[in-house]
Amino acid sequence: MWNSKRLVLAHLWFAFAGFGAALLLGEWQMFIRSPLHAWISDPEWYYRSVTAHGTTMAYVFPTLVAMGFGYFVAEEALKQPLVGLRWAWLGFALVAIGTIAAIVPVALGLASVLYTFYPPLIGNPSYYIGVVLVVVGSWVWVALMSINMYRWKRDNPGAPVPFPMFATVAGSYLWGWTAVGAALELLFQIIPVALGWRSTIDAGLARVFFSWTLHAIVYFWLMPSYIAYYTIVPRAIGGRLFSDTMGRIAFILFLVVAMPIGIHHAFEDPQIGSGFKYLHSVFTALVALPTVLTVFTICASVEIAGRLRGGKGVLGWLAALPWRNPVMLGAALSFVMLGFGGAGGLINMSYQLNATVHNTQWITGHFHLIFAGAIVIMYFVIAYDIWPHLTGRALDSFRLMRAQLWTWFLGMIVLTFPWHWVGILGMPRRMAFYDYTDPAIAAQAASVTMSVVGGAILVVSGVLFFIVLVHGMTTQRVQPGTYRFSVAVRPPRVLPAALNGFGLWLGLMVALTIVNYGFPIAHSLATPGTAVPAVKVGERW
Amino acid sequence: MTRDGIASFRNPWFTASVGITAAIALVAAIVGFVWLPLQHPGERFKGVWDAICSAAGLVRNTSSGGQIVGADYLTTSVEIDPQMLEGASAESIGRGATLALRCTMCHGARGLSQADTPNLAGQYPVTIYKELVDFKTGARASAVMAPVMADLSDADMRDLAAYFAYLPRVTSSGPAAGEPPRIVASGAPLRGIAPCGACHGEVDSKASAAWLEGQPAIYLRTQLEAFSTGARHNDIGEQMRNIARQMTAAEIAVASAFYAERP
Repeated sequence: MWNSKRLVLAHLWFAFAGFGAALLLGEWQMFIRSPLHAWISDPEWYYRSVTAHGTTMAYVFPTLVAMGFGYFVAEEALKQPLVGLRWAWLGFALVAIGTIAAIVPVALGLASVLYTFYPPLIGNPSYYIGVVLVVVGSWVWVALMSINMYRWKRDNPGAPVPFPMFATVAGSYLWGWTAVGAALELLFQIIPVALGWRSTIDAGLARVFFSWTLHAIVYFWLMPSYIAYYTIVPRAIGGRLFSDTMGRIAFILFLVVAMPIGIHHAFEDPQIGSGFKYLHSVFTALVALPTVLTVFTICASVEIAGRLRGGKGVLGWLAALPWRNPVMLGAALSFVMLGFGGAGGLINMSYQLNATVHNTQWITGHFHLIFAGAIVIMYFVIAYDIWPHLTGRALDSFRLMRAQLWTWFLGMIVLTFPWHWVGILGMPRRMAFYDYTDPAIAAQAASVTMSVVGGAILVVSGVLFFIVLVHGMTTQRVQPGTYRFSVAVRPPRVLPAALNGFGLWLGLMVALTIVNYGFPIAHSLATPGTAVPAVKVGERW
Repeated sequence: MTRDGIASFRNPWFTASVGITAAIALVAAIVGFVWLPLQHPGERFKGVWDAICSAAGLVRNTSSGGQIVGADYLTTSVEIDPQMLEGASAESIGRGATLALRCTMCHGARGLSQADTPNLAGQYPVTIYKELVDFKTGARASAVMAPVMADLSDADMRDLAAYFAYLPRVTSSGPAAGEPPRIVASGAPLRGIAPCGACHGEVDSKASAAWLEGQPAIYLRTQLEAFSTGARHNDIGEQMRNIARQMTAAEIAVASAFYAERP
């Protein structure tokens, strides 16, 4: 590790601190609207909390993990000092300042608009400007990832870019482009109204812009976890990566098809034509492909490890796997949650099936299972794996790590399965109050109570996570040695240019965006009378 | 392979990836913009192009649609924005005070009613102005108010609103109300009833919604009943009618009594 240890640690600590606070808010929300607690009478507190929880968990936490892990990969995979360290600190400062600028008005009740903004609701401008600063700070990271890769390629002409770096740059490009949608919405629509320059807003167009960001942002959250599947898991369990090429193709597919599919979040929006909804539905189905490739490749890689450890027969290799290794355990639990979450996702992306679960608690259950479950559990694994290389101290509380991963998994299942269930029963999401005394929903009380218990297990798991990390800052100093990523069964010697760079794929990504979003956006812009009066939040009108 | 060679049809990666992507997009577009729309038995398209325009989200004038059904009663003509009637001048308030002499019989000398009519002292000016206009146009029916309003100009009504808003709001001298009843505090989500305070003050204030504290119980109850039967219909979005229709008689009584006693 050359010179970015403190940088990576700063990113991860800030990310995890935000995660810890937002986790508590999440459980509080679950509790106060459950049958276990009397109605708090003022829904504003609930929405304030949801806004803080969502903003921290969706924008700040995963962005900082992706950035910190990206800087780590850039140095360790390319075996060269990070180019642009000062710029990286500037990016971090922008994210940190942006977070504070966004969260303070939320805490004061001046921007209870939820992290998805929901115009025509308009909150305090500081909230939106803070979110923009977070995005701009992350764009510094996008640029640095690109610069570091191209600097390396210049110095190593013709050599294959190490896979961890290739995948990280794919993730950064995906984020760089997908964040443009929300940035356009904020800069040209919301912030002018929040600052009082305009009094009306085209909420339909804003929703189209946000959908541009809203789906691919999930794949941006997913990227560090997928990179860990490919580059950490096989090495940590003593195996080999089954195919380097398959990995590159999976990340390329994410880059191309994760972006132009967001309108499946707006299936019920009347301002978008049904043809575009269908088009987005088709490309959403395609984005399952890189996940299928990944599941296949990682299972094959894990099987290699099992057989190298002496496992025999059709399933005997499973028993031979090092299940006591937190990386193995975390990856397996992540896959289980990814399987359930992905199956639910297939429902959401289908135009007709979506109508049965749209805006119900099913959706909340779905994205928690995928993001907070499958993705975040791998963030824990990443932290456990790289922590000794960042701190120079042993991270040896394996029993605690296993307990933490198991409780996170169990808590997430107990939280989200009842959510899915009540969603099917029709329970709407984003509501502060449910009257469980009404016979119509009295039967849902038990399921909701179960979710509260799941949330409490997650809080316990969160506490264990911090105990492991803090303990890891105080143990004896060790020499962790050189950090190693997984090695492929057949490491690439020469790669076609298409698998060693991004020009072609960025071109396809932008072209598909124009095809899938160009007309709906142009149509909204060209249609008169689509703006509605803004509704200011946090002001008495 | 050089970088320049990537974007070339001699590069199989380029040909395959662009070709497959374009083919998927094309097939999806044909299905989504032509085939699926034409399968809808209810739609009467004039041709393929019409179906494509419909699927693209263009607003089309069809023979069946496009007719806007109007209400068969008078609706309010007041367009409210949150800033209207802000910062009334002293002259406006003074003129309003003179005009208000005709209101004293029912609404009291200083806007405090002894006759189970609303207390106007300190009410929001937008609220008063809107109700005056609605009485004048007939959007809100009242055998008492209509003749009083007949000769008032728009400026007169703005002055009256400014005057009553200027008067100090007097808190009730009655016993303080206890905890709000459930219908007031929580509404009834399953019947689509929002908490009263979501518009009328405790939680949030929406433009033109009155504050209700200390208003006569019989007035509040009568109005809720009028909203529920549709006899009063000057809420242009039917926001109060939809709520009142869903309230039981007991809920109407308890909510009215609660606000009447609330200081």
